Amino acid sequence: MATNTAAGGTNLLKLWPWMAAPLVAIVLPFIFDSGHAINLLSHMGVAIIFALSYNMLLGNTGLLSFGHAVYYGLGAYVAMHVLRGINDAGGEGLPIELLPLTGAGAGLFFGIIFGTFSVRRAGVIFAMITLGLGALVHSSSLMFTDFFGGEAGLFGYRDEAPSLFGVDYAPRRNVYFLVVAWTLITAILIFLLRKTPLGWMANAVRDNPERAQFVGYDPTIVRFIQFTLSAAFAGLAGGLLVITDEIVNAEAVGALQSGAVLLGTFIGGIGYFIGPIVGGVLVTFLESSLSAYTEAWLLYFGLMFIAIVMFAPMGLVGIVHTQYLNWKADDWKGNTGARLYILFAGLAGIFGLICVIELSYHYFRSWDPSAPFPLMGVTVDATSALPWLVCFGITIIGFGLMLFHGNPMLKRKLGAKSDGGKA
Amino acid sequence: MLETIAYSIFNGVLYGTLLFMMSSGLTLIFGMMGVLNFAHASFYMLGAYFAYTFGLGTGFWVALFLSPIAVGAIGAMVERYGLRRVHQYGHVPELLFTFGLAYVIEELVALFWGTVPVPYKAPAALNTTAFTMFGLDYSWFKVFILLVAIAMFIGLWVLIKKTRAGLIIQGALSRPDMVGALGHNVPMVFTLVFAFGCALAGLGGVVGGIHFVTDPGMAFMMGPIVFVVVVLGGLGSVPGALVASLIIGILQTFFLSVDFSLAESIGTLGIEDSGFFGVLWHMEATRIAPVLPFLLLVLTLIFRPRGLFGKREV
Amino acid sequence: MLRNKKTGLFTGTVIGLFMAISSIAYAQEGPIRISYIEPLSGPFANVGDAGLKHFRFTAEKINEQGGILGRDIEIVAMDNKQSPSESVQLVQRSIDQGINFVTQGNGSNVAGAIVEAVDRNNRRNEDNKVLYLNYAAVDPALTNERCSFYHFRFDAASDIKLEALSNYMKAHDDDVDKIFLINMDYSHGQFISKRMKELVEEKGLDAEVVGDVLHPIGQVRDFSPYVSRIQQSGADTVVSGNWGNDLSLLVRAVDSAGVDVDIYTYYGGGLGTPAAVGPSGEDILYQVSEWHADVNVDEGLEEYEKWFQEFKQRYPEIDWYYHRIYNQMYMLKAAIEEVGDAEDIDAIARALEGMEFESPTGTVTMRAQDHQILQSMYISVMDTDAKYDADNSGVGFRTVAKIPVEQATVETSCNMRRP
Repeated sequence: MATNTAAGGTNLLKLWPWMAAPLVAIVLPFIFDSGHAINLLSHMGVAIIFALSYNMLLGNTGLLSFGHAVYYGLGAYVAMHVLRGINDAGGEGLPIELLPLTGAGAGLFFGIIFGTFSVRRAGVIFAMITLGLGALVHSSSLMFTDFFGGEAGLFGYRDEAPSLFGVDYAPRRNVYFLVVAWTLITAILIFLLRKTPLGWMANAVRDNPERAQFVGYDPTIVRFIQFTLSAAFAGLAGGLLVITDEIVNAEAVGALQSGAVLLGTFIGGIGYFIGPIVGGVLVTFLESSLSAYTEAWLLYFGLMFIAIVMFAPMGLVGIVHTQYLNWKADDWKGNTGARLYILFAGLAGIFGLICVIELSYHYFRSWDPSAPFPLMGVTVDATSALPWLVCFGITIIGFGLMLFHGNPMLKRKLGAKSDGGKA
Repeated sequence: MLETIAYSIFNGVLYGTLLFMMSSGLTLIFGMMGVLNFAHASFYMLGAYFAYTFGLGTGFWVALFLSPIAVGAIGAMVERYGLRRVHQYGHVPELLFTFGLAYVIEELVALFWGTVPVPYKAPAALNTTAFTMFGLDYSWFKVFILLVAIAMFIGLWVLIKKTRAGLIIQGALSRPDMVGALGHNVPMVFTLVFAFGCALAGLGGVVGGIHFVTDPGMAFMMGPIVFVVVVLGGLGSVPGALVASLIIGILQTFFLSVDFSLAESIGTLGIEDSGFFGVLWHMEATRIAPVLPFLLLVLTLIFRPRGLFGKREV
Repeated sequence: MLRNKKTGLFTGTVIGLFMAISSIAYAQEGPIRISYIEPLSGPFANVGDAGLKHFRFTAEKINEQGGILGRDIEIVAMDNKQSPSESVQLVQRSIDQGINFVTQGNGSNVAGAIVEAVDRNNRRNEDNKVLYLNYAAVDPALTNERCSFYHFRFDAASDIKLEALSNYMKAHDDDVDKIFLINMDYSHGQFISKRMKELVEEKGLDAEVVGDVLHPIGQVRDFSPYVSRIQQSGADTVVSGNWGNDLSLLVRAVDSAGVDVDIYTYYGGGLGTPAAVGPSGEDILYQVSEWHADVNVDEGLEEYEKWFQEFKQRYPEIDWYYHRIYNQMYMLKAAIEEVGDAEDIDAIARALEGMEFESPTGTVTMRAQDHQILQSMYISVMDTDAKYDADNSGVGFRTVAKIPVEQATVETSCNMRRP
């Protein structure tokens, strides 16, 4: 697991992503400047923080949680109550920039409470406890209407609160910059945490708890600390959500939210620091935009998840990283063509599969299946055989070539290399 | 009061036996492979839908046999081409695989059969009243459910305890390496057990789909409760699953039927109906009922992760 | 590290393309667009889908008659996946695309979020206001504590329905002795539970409430425990605001246990319920609604019956059900035409409030104080002999009583901020 490269010396050049990312982040809202787009960007920031907090558990400590949204949502609720308090007091009180800290506090609080009994065992038992807890909290959201506001949720106004820097947070762009600031702070903190003894021990506990015990650290304590810190960061993300959305309801503690962060982090790559960042951005974007283009978005999510679990458990970042390493090790010499061939055949197969799925959804779901259906720019009739044959054909040919022609070809070429060039 | 208790026990037992039918397969799979099959309830759902579709052509009784076989076949393919591949990466990816699979199956079911519940109804022969108790009619179908569950339980027990196949399964449950060393094809055993477990879930679906509603949401509705049953009963223990199902069935039914809250029974004790404890004190049992299984799950996992009759922990 | 930048660039470009496409502004003279924000995927997709068919059909009919101010109406469907936060984003997306009207109805939690979002936008964003037309969310709060100048409700609110129902019960006092309330455990059901008990007192009904149960939403698969309680209580009447599976399962359980009660509901005729309940609901399942298919037959509404039949031809699997969508769209048309400008939201809202409209079922009024429509209501019961059966289920409805608008009106506490 290529997770932590030993941090040798602060070579300033190595820090260039940390410089570039904020610059890109600052420029983005000027390129995509519609209200909806800036909203989306803010949500991506929140999702990044949430996913990073989740990976502290999964990637760093090996704890698979199915109910992490509990801390995210509870953090959001507490922050919302604080915001409403500020609103009711006529806009006096905690500056809005510090509101996420109340969320973090709430996350920490609940993390400590629930963590005491959750982390005593790892593995599947931990996963099940988090599942049960998540379901418990979500079910009780309708029971405690004072705190949860019933199924309608709670509202607050971010422009009726004081600001540390005198900024008016009614415009979306200003909120976005606040989100960027918090995202950077959290990312730096989480990154640094990985380099502390706690971070290293968490990895040890993940890989081999018994051995970690022999070194002198109690795995349960290590897990507990990681768990509470992770919950705190999740609560921070929830607090930010209150500022971006000004509404919180029971969805925030629900199973879908927990599933989404799990999906995102895993798709991005749990073994890499930027894995959750990539995953969080991707899932937020897809969740919001994909459903505008296709009804089958949930199916795509599920398939994508299964594909990553089965073929690329290292995540998207992992795939790219592995290929990069291969390239650096000159493994690409002589077989770049084969690799590209596999890539394009695979893409063709995926394209065909998407066509089949879209056709199916149109055929089974639409009011009038024989109406002309725009599929990837071509208008087809879903009730005739031709589009089906073509799409199935592309899928089969694409995947077939990739698996039965390209893969062996690559293997032969690699084999030939290690045999000293004898083809 | 007697009537309420009588209703609750009978309805609770009925509900519990349905839970048992759904969870017996899962406890076998869970106990054998340590895989928390999130998609188990999805196979239950497939059982219901297949039974409905086959039933349109062949009638209920033939569908009763065809459907579990079809579901079992799908389970075998899932294990052979999906789970087995992921097994090498560890338990967590296995879990995640079944997690994704549950979503995919739900979407595909919604695609082919639509999101509206399908009119999967009991066959006319079973739709008549068997008996009346305290003014409420109970149909033959409800009796049928009980019979199927009992048959399932006896069949499983005989299979595992009395047959050679059962012996091998029991062995593979606790000592897979040794069983493999003895020359048995353990991967094949795994596939068969997985398929069998899915077929059991499918059978549960054939019956459950009629008793409840057959719609794409049924898997996610029943799924979590099935886990609770399996954990409470103990992994790999079929009697445990039965006892746990009955406990949860009866308990939940009681909470739903009986109109009480702590405040009403013991007295308000001056506790206001606000704040965390206050609300709980005044809350009626019916409103707590949905939360009950999860509470049991968490408590079991904290205090007795082995469950009631489990032989080993995960 | 290379990957970070590359992935970021790729994501950025893709986002850019999509955003660019979606922020193309439509010219002022293009169609008048209305966002339809409902679930179009997931478990409630069929409900959202049915509503969309209603809107599209009505838009087509209006366009055939010349549209509004000579412009066509275009319904823009947006999938909110039954999520309040998603709906808020879709409202924003509509505004970005220059759409001035949003409509929604399924789920008062979603409605509440939309009202909030619309208010907020119209307050912060004077040039890009948006109007929210609510065709089905019945939470009374939306026209009381949470009322808004930019929200108009075209369905009878929950308190109005109960008012009509209790007035009907008063007129049939002998038939109703023991009432059992069973509802879903959220604000909708909780309100019905509370208000019905109050109404029994206020109207001086010669009946008592012998049971009052709230059950978890969409989670109860087996209603027999509740049916046992109903039977034990000796009730002859059940009042329930349940919808969807919760309603069909309840009715089937009552029927299967052979318990003899009349069940009064809001949503007995709603999508899926007649099919799921079937003939077992005959003479048992009642509904309070602003219309049902056989009203056309009873009152000789030939034009509207033709409309109903055309809809059936167009979309054979379902039937015209949302009469309120008819009212909503034609009233909107009247308001826009009165103002003469489809972009001046404040003026359109002022034209809408207080408007009286000649609906096929009688005069309906949009009360200015709270933007709640006031109309006559029908109590109807399931009947296999009805001329029109609902959604090919074999059962339709027959009117038992028409409640005049005066008996279907409730005071409001709304004190909205007006621009």
